[in-house]
Formats: sequence, C-alpha cells, structure tokens
Amino acid sequence: MASAISLAIILMSQTKKPVAGKSGSGPGKGGGSAASIARGKVVYESTCLPCHQVDGLGVPNMNPPLSKTKWVLGEKAKLAQIVLNGLPGGQIDIDGDTFHNPMPAQASVLSDQQIADVLTYVRNNFGNKASAVTAAEVKVVRGKVVK
Amino acid sequence: MNQQIKKMTFLSHKALHLAMGLCMMALFAYAGDSKKGTERETGSGPVTGAAPGKDTSIKMPSGFSANIVVEGLGRARHIVVAPNGVIFVKLARVKDGKGIYRLQDTNGDGKPDQVTGFGNFGGTGIAIKNGYLYASSDEDVYRYKLDDNYNVTNSDNPEKIVTGLINRHQHETKSIALDNDGNIYVNIGAYSNACQVQDRTKGSPGRMPCPILDSAGGIWEFKADKPGQTYGTGVHYATGLRNVVGLDWNMTTNTLFVMQHGRDQLHDLFPDLYDTKQSAELPAECMYELHKGSNCGWPYIYYDEFQKKKILAPEFGGDGKKTGGEDAQDPVVAFPGHLAPNGLLFYTGSQFPEKYKNGAFVAFHGSWNRAPEPQKGYFVAFVPFSNGKPSGEWEVFADNFAGGPEKAAAGRPSYRPCGLAQGPDGSLYVTDDTKGTVWKITYSK
Repeated sequence: MASAISLAIILMSQTKKPVAGKSGSGPGKGGGSAASIARGKVVYESTCLPCHQVDGLGVPNMNPPLSKTKWVLGEKAKLAQIVLNGLPGGQIDIDGDTFHNPMPAQASVLSDQQIADVLTYVRNNFGNKASAVTAAEVKVVRGKVVK
Repeated sequence: MNQQIKKMTFLSHKALHLAMGLCMMALFAYAGDSKKGTERETGSGPVTGAAPGKDTSIKMPSGFSANIVVEGLGRARHIVVAPNGVIFVKLARVKDGKGIYRLQDTNGDGKPDQVTGFGNFGGTGIAIKNGYLYASSDEDVYRYKLDDNYNVTNSDNPEKIVTGLINRHQHETKSIALDNDGNIYVNIGAYSNACQVQDRTKGSPGRMPCPILDSAGGIWEFKADKPGQTYGTGVHYATGLRNVVGLDWNMTTNTLFVMQHGRDQLHDLFPDLYDTKQSAELPAECMYELHKGSNCGWPYIYYDEFQKKKILAPEFGGDGKKTGGEDAQDPVVAFPGHLAPNGLLFYTGSQFPEKYKNGAFVAFHGSWNRAPEPQKGYFVAFVPFSNGKPSGEWEVFADNFAGGPEKAAAGRPSYRPCGLAQGPDGSLYVTDDTKGTVWKITYSK
C-alpha cells in the first residue's frame, strides 16, 4: 500500500498529470475541501493573480472578473477547458462587457490537480459558492481533443 | 516571535495610515461639502443630472481648479474642443446607440445644455481639422463635415477615410492625429504582448522576425481627405510600437509624438529573470518623437529607465542586462512601468503659467500589471518642453483621480484619465472612461 502511494507520487511528479486523488479533493457540497482550496490559493497567486487581480475582479475591458459570473459558476468541463486550452481575447462577454486580453493555455504549465485546486478555490472565493472541481474532472477534459 | 513583532509593526503602520486616511477623508468631505454641494445641485444635466461642479478631489498645483463639465457619459475616450467651445467626445462603446457626443454650452454657465449624439460605432480617436470632425472605430476612420457653428452636417453618412484595419481584440483601439500637410496618422496596436509564439504564455519563445509588424505594431499615415484607404494605399510611417493610445502632432517641431504602452508580465513569463517588483517597475512607458521610418524596437527590446538602456527582451534571448536594438530609437521621456498613457497633448494655450507653454500633458489611465505590487497611475503628468525637447523632469500635474491612495493601490480607482484636449481659452479638458466624466481645468492667479 505504501509503495503504491509512493509510486503514485512518483508518477504525479513525473507526468504532472496526477490521477484523481481522493485524498485531497473530495467534491464537497458547495465547497470543496479546505486542503484543495488552500492549494488552489497558492496556484491562483502565482498564475492567475497578475491578470485577474488580488480581488478576482479582473481589469475592465481587459481581463474578466471571476466573481459570480456564468463562466466561473457554470459548467465545470467548460471552465476547465478554458484553463487548459486558453481562449483568444474578445470571447468573454459579461453583461455586454467584453475583455480583450487572451487567456493563455495552462495545459503545459499546471497539472490536473493544480487546475482542480485553483478552480475549486475560485468557485469558493470572490463571493462565489459552488461545488468543487476534481482532478478526475479536469483529466477527462484534458483527454478530449478540443476544437 | 520576530514574525509577531513584524506583524505588529505592520499592523500599527496600517492603523496609522488608516487613521491618517480617515482624517484626510474628513478634510476632503468638508471641503467638498462647502463647494460641491451647492454647485452640483443646480439641476439635471442632459446626460447625467449632476453637472457642473467644482471638483476639489483632484489635486493640482496652486491656482488650478477642476470643474466637472459632465458625468455619466459612458466610456469617454478621446476628446476634442472646437474653436467655439463645442466639445466632441468619442465613446469606446455606443451609449443609446451613439458613439460620439457633441456638447454645447449656449448660455455660458459652464454646463452643456445642448447634447446630441451620433455615430453608431464605438472607438477611441477623435480630432478636428480644416472643417471636418474625424473619429475612429477599432477598424476604420470616418470624417464628418462641420458647419461654421461646428454642427455635424452629415451625421448619418460620414465618409470612410480609412477602412479594414486589423482588430484582433488586443490593443485594438485606433488613435488618430493630423498634421498641417493633409495627413492623418493612425495607430495600429500589436495584437500581442511580446510577439511570443503563444501570446502571454510562460515558456513560449519570441517569433523572429515578428510577423505582426507587417500590419500592426506601428503608425500608418493616410491622406486626410481621400475615402477608402487601407494598408496598400497608406504609408507604413513608424514601426516597433507595441501599442499607442496617446499621441499628438507637435506644432513646434512639426512632428508626431506618441506614448507607447510598454510590454507586460516580465515576471509571470520569466520568473527566473525578474521578480515581481522588477516586473512592476519595468519596462518604462515611453514617449517617442517619430519621423517617417522610425523604429522603436518592440518586440525585440524594451526600455529600462533605471539602467537607461534598451534591453533585449527575454523572449529573444535577453536576461535583463543584455542590451539590444541598436537600430531602435531612444525615448524622449521614460515614465514608470504599466501606468498606461492614454492621452497626450502639447499645450499651446496662454491661460496657464509660462512653464506649461509647449509642454506635454500625459493622461495615465493607471496600471493593472503591477500586481501583486501596488497599482499606480490615475493622474495627469506634465513634461516641460523647450525648443521641442524636454527641458526638465516630468511631474504629476493633476492627481487623485483614483479617489485615495488605497483605491489606487488596489487598482480600483474612482476614475481613469483617458483623453486630453485644449479649449479655445487655453483650458485643459480631461476625460474618464469608467464613469464618463469630463473635467475642465482652468488657471487663475
């Protein structure tokens, strides 16, 4: 058992695509585990904050807010897809406001677990309250060919 | 323990700042009550309902005062004032179906009583030259015929002077300026941060040569009176400019001056080479004087105002120290990084004191790319000029559009200065594109 766990850890560190860890990110009811949220905060601060800002409210006309929008609170697969593959500028529309900076693809930068953590963090911060995202859910999206 | 002490010191500083802030706010509130209250209650403006009024929150040198001409105009970008005092404002997004507003004060009370809108397109650029009003969308440049009273005579069918300019959603606005020889200059911003293979993506290399420069990342010159021009019929006037929003034709030098928005994200993209503090400060926001054929170096270099050198961009093999761009121009003035210069105006009036004559005002929209460091900007700067060259250091001229240091630091300002214009009496007009405010700044001894 212990060796299986260490094998899993080795695999995680090598591939950066960990298998869905039941240990850290159980899908809570409108929450997500505290551990996942805490890890997600670290990912947010190093990767997302420069554009989406400390308060998650983005920059007018440039970088969209992450607070109570349909993009963040909506379909998880679609949200994970945006993080994995990025999005050209101008495609996000929130109440008639458009945002012109592109979202850079994170597929080669963040692991499934990191994406799950940061999305869980975002969905439970900045005034949001929504279900957790798991690494397994991210993995499914990563495996798909995205048009 | 140490940490605890640090924390306590930090907290007490914070408490002190907060207390100071509250005192200041109380002072401002008092000053505001004594003046704004009465002057702003003078009735409903046609657009907003609360103009005009003296705005004591804007901090300026002694003798200057700012009056709010109009509020709630929408995303007010660039502005121009006609010789008879009529104001035209270009909106980034149409408001009530109108992208340009004409404001006229017929009874001289400082408040526009005739407000008309036209032009069903959003955009940034607006200018008046030789009996025409020019305005830009994010793809085209239009012109409208003006009568002797600066009424637009063909508001529904302007001439399309320039068409088909690239708009790929980043740096998409098309600022305009006209010279005295029948030419119009149009900025076409680069649809990229630093011309990486994958834009704004960590580890993605620079594209060499940068293919964006063939149709963007520069200034194009067109004839001011010829409809239907586009890339093939224009002159590729200057290159290596990432994005220009503020620009002005300098009547003293008879040349075009521009303010470049410098590149973003040195730390995000190259964390091994730049820490967050360096990334917040670098590169400088630069003013350039252009001539036909000018090259300002983007994306291969950026200007470091501390080393006072053109530094090779990390996407192209730079390490923060290696210099580059031997064929690229040096800036005329270098401002702190990421402040977003959106308006440039050379002051030719006589109302302001002598030191302002022929100098440059620059409206800084304010930063976002300094996070997690405090954000900065949200002011109008001034650079004195003599014989067409800067004759002194730049200084903050009109400050506190943010509405307090905490709002500035958080990047959540009350207002963002954008456009600048000079009135026939030598007053300076400033727009804000968050709430659609227009200020008129005047001087009296």
